[in-house]
Amino acid sequence: MSYFRAENLSLHFGGLKAVDAVSFAVEKGEILSIIGPNGAGKSSIFNLISRIYRPTSGRIFFEDQDITEQPPYDIARLGIARTFQNIELFENATVLSNLLVGRHRHSTTQLWQELLFLPSVRANEKVHRRRVEQVIELLDLEPYRDKLISGLPYGVRKVIELARALCSEPKLILLDEPSSGLNVEETGDMSFWIRDLKNELGVTVLMVEHDMSLVNRVSDRVIALNYGRVLAMGSPAEVQQHPDVVAAYLGA
Amino acid sequence: MRFMFKTDYEDDIRLFPHSGYVVTYGVLLALLLIAPHVLSSYLMSQLVFVCIYAIVGVALLILTGFTGQASLGHAAFLAIGAYTAAYLQTYNVPFPVYFLAAGLLTGIIGAMVGFPALRLTGIYLVIATISFALIVEEILARWESVTHGNEGMRVKTLSLLGVAVPRDSPTFYYLCLAVLVLTIVGTLNLLRSPTGRAFVAIRDSETAARSMGVNVALYKVKSFAISAAITGFAGVLFAHKLSFISPEMFTLQLSIEFIIVILIGGTFSLHGAVLGAIFIVMIDPFLTYLKDDMPGIIAGLAATFGASTATAGNIQSNVAAFASLNGLKGAIYGIIIVLFVLFEPLGLYGRWLKIKLFFQLFPLYKRATFKRQKIYVKSERNR
Repeated sequence: MSYFRAENLSLHFGGLKAVDAVSFAVEKGEILSIIGPNGAGKSSIFNLISRIYRPTSGRIFFEDQDITEQPPYDIARLGIARTFQNIELFENATVLSNLLVGRHRHSTTQLWQELLFLPSVRANEKVHRRRVEQVIELLDLEPYRDKLISGLPYGVRKVIELARALCSEPKLILLDEPSSGLNVEETGDMSFWIRDLKNELGVTVLMVEHDMSLVNRVSDRVIALNYGRVLAMGSPAEVQQHPDVVAAYLGA
Repeated sequence: MRFMFKTDYEDDIRLFPHSGYVVTYGVLLALLLIAPHVLSSYLMSQLVFVCIYAIVGVALLILTGFTGQASLGHAAFLAIGAYTAAYLQTYNVPFPVYFLAAGLLTGIIGAMVGFPALRLTGIYLVIATISFALIVEEILARWESVTHGNEGMRVKTLSLLGVAVPRDSPTFYYLCLAVLVLTIVGTLNLLRSPTGRAFVAIRDSETAARSMGVNVALYKVKSFAISAAITGFAGVLFAHKLSFISPEMFTLQLSIEFIIVILIGGTFSLHGAVLGAIFIVMIDPFLTYLKDDMPGIIAGLAATFGASTATAGNIQSNVAAFASLNGLKGAIYGIIIVLFVLFEPLGLYGRWLKIKLFFQLFPLYKRATFKRQKIYVKSERNR
C-alpha cells in the first residue's frame, strides 16, 4: 500500500470538470511534483486534499486511512500541512504568533487552564516556542521574529508560510507553487530547503510548481495534468519529453 | 529608547516585558486604589461606569477585535446578566452564586447565538446580532411573570458575605475594579495561549486557520461564549449600580456605545477598551455641560462682540434648543465613529503609540511610519 493515494478523484463545478478521475500515489519520503498549464486543476487537487472542496467522486487515503470525509481541521491533525499559492498568512499578527498557530495541532491545554495560565500551559508554550525556534533557525527567519506580517516583503512571506507548515511537524507537506513571485536567488534557497525537508526531516513533499528548473532540481517524480486529467507520470526527464505534455504546453 | 535583549523563551511569554511595565501599571493600580479617598462621589460614580464599560469593551474586543466577528448585540447580553441577577435576588440567592449564574447563563446563550452566526460574516453577522438584541429586548418587555415587563425591576442592595455594599460605596467600586482587572488578566492569558492565537488566526484567514488544524466553528462559538459570559458578569454590576433595570435601558444605542468603546479605544489592544470606556463615559457630562452652560457662554460672547440684548437672548435660546435636541447624542456618536474610522483607525491607543514613538525616535520620526500601504493585492482568496 502506498503512503498517500488518490483514487479516481473528481471535482466538477456544474459542467466544468476541474479534476477528472485523477489517480496517483505518493511514496513515503519522496518529492512528487504536479505540473500543468494554467487551469489544469493542480491547485484544485490540493484543495480537495485539504478539504476546502468536497470531491464530486473518488477517495483519498493517507497512511491506509480513508480521509475523504474527514473535516478540514482534522487533515492537519493527521499530519498533512500545506502552503497557499497566494499566501494566506495572518496579516495583523507577528511572525512568531503565525508560526505558533502552526503548532495548534499539538496543543493539549483546556480553555480554563489557559484563562489561568497554569504552569502546564506555560510549560507547553515553552515547548512550542522551542520547536518554532528550530524552524526559524532552519529557514533563516531570525531577523523577523517580532515583525508584523503586513510589513514584510513577498519573498519573506513565502518562506514564513513554509515555516508555518513545518511548525506543525507534518508527515506530508503540500506546497502550492513555492517559487511563485520569488527571484532566482530566493528560488535557489527554496529548492535547497525542499531537499532539506526530505533528507533531514524525512517529510514527504507533494508540490505544484510552474518553474521547471525547480521541478527538475528537487523532484523524484512528476505528474503532468491538463484539463483535469493526468497526461503523464514519471521521472522529470520522461515527463518533459512525453508527446502529450509537449503538445499541452506548446499547443502542437 | 529601551532595547530588549531576549535571552529566554520566557521573555516572549511574560505579561510584563520589562520592569518599566511593572512600575507603570503598579502606579496606575495604586492611584485607582486610593481614588475613593480623593475623588468626589460624582467622579467615583463615573469611575464605576468606566469599569463596567471597560469590562464589556474587553468582552467585545475578544469577539470583534481578536476573532473578527462583529456584534451589535452586546446590550442584550448585558441585559441577560442584569435580569438574571435581579430575578435570582428575589429568591434570596447570595451574590457570588447569582454572579456566577448570570455569567454562565449569558455564556450559554452566547454560544447559542454563535451557532447560527457560524455561516454569517461581515454585515450579515451584524444584522443577525441586531435581531438577537431586538428579540431579547422584546422578551424582556413581554415576559412579565419574570421580568415585570416595562415596569422594570428593582435591584436590591448588594450584600457580600452578609455585609451590605451600597452602590456608591468604595467597596462596590473596588469590586468592579477587581472584576475588570481579573477580566483583563484572564483575557491576556487567553491571548498568549493556543486559543487566543486561534482567534487571531480566524480573524485574519479562516482558510489558513482551518488548514493549520483550527476547528473554526468550535473556536467561533467559544469566542461568542466567552465574550457573552464576561458581558453577563458586567450586567450584574450594571444592575447593582443602577439599582433599577427596565427593557428600555438595553437598546440598540447601548450596543452602539459598546462598539464605540472599542472603535475609539483601538481594536488591536486591551488598552483600547479602557480608553474607549473613559471616552464614552465622559460624553454624558460633556453633553450636560453643552446643555447647561454653552448657551449662556455663547450669548455672553455675542454680547461682548456688540450684539444687542435681544439678539443675545435670541442666540441663547437657539443654542439651548439645539443642545437639547432629541437625537443629538446619536448624531454625536455617528460623527465620532465616522471621524475615527477615517482619520484614526487605530483609535486612541494607536494615537498614544504614535506619540510615544515620536518622542522615542525624535527627531527621526517620519510621517509615513504608520501609513497603511498595500504591498500586493490578493488576487484569489478561498473563503
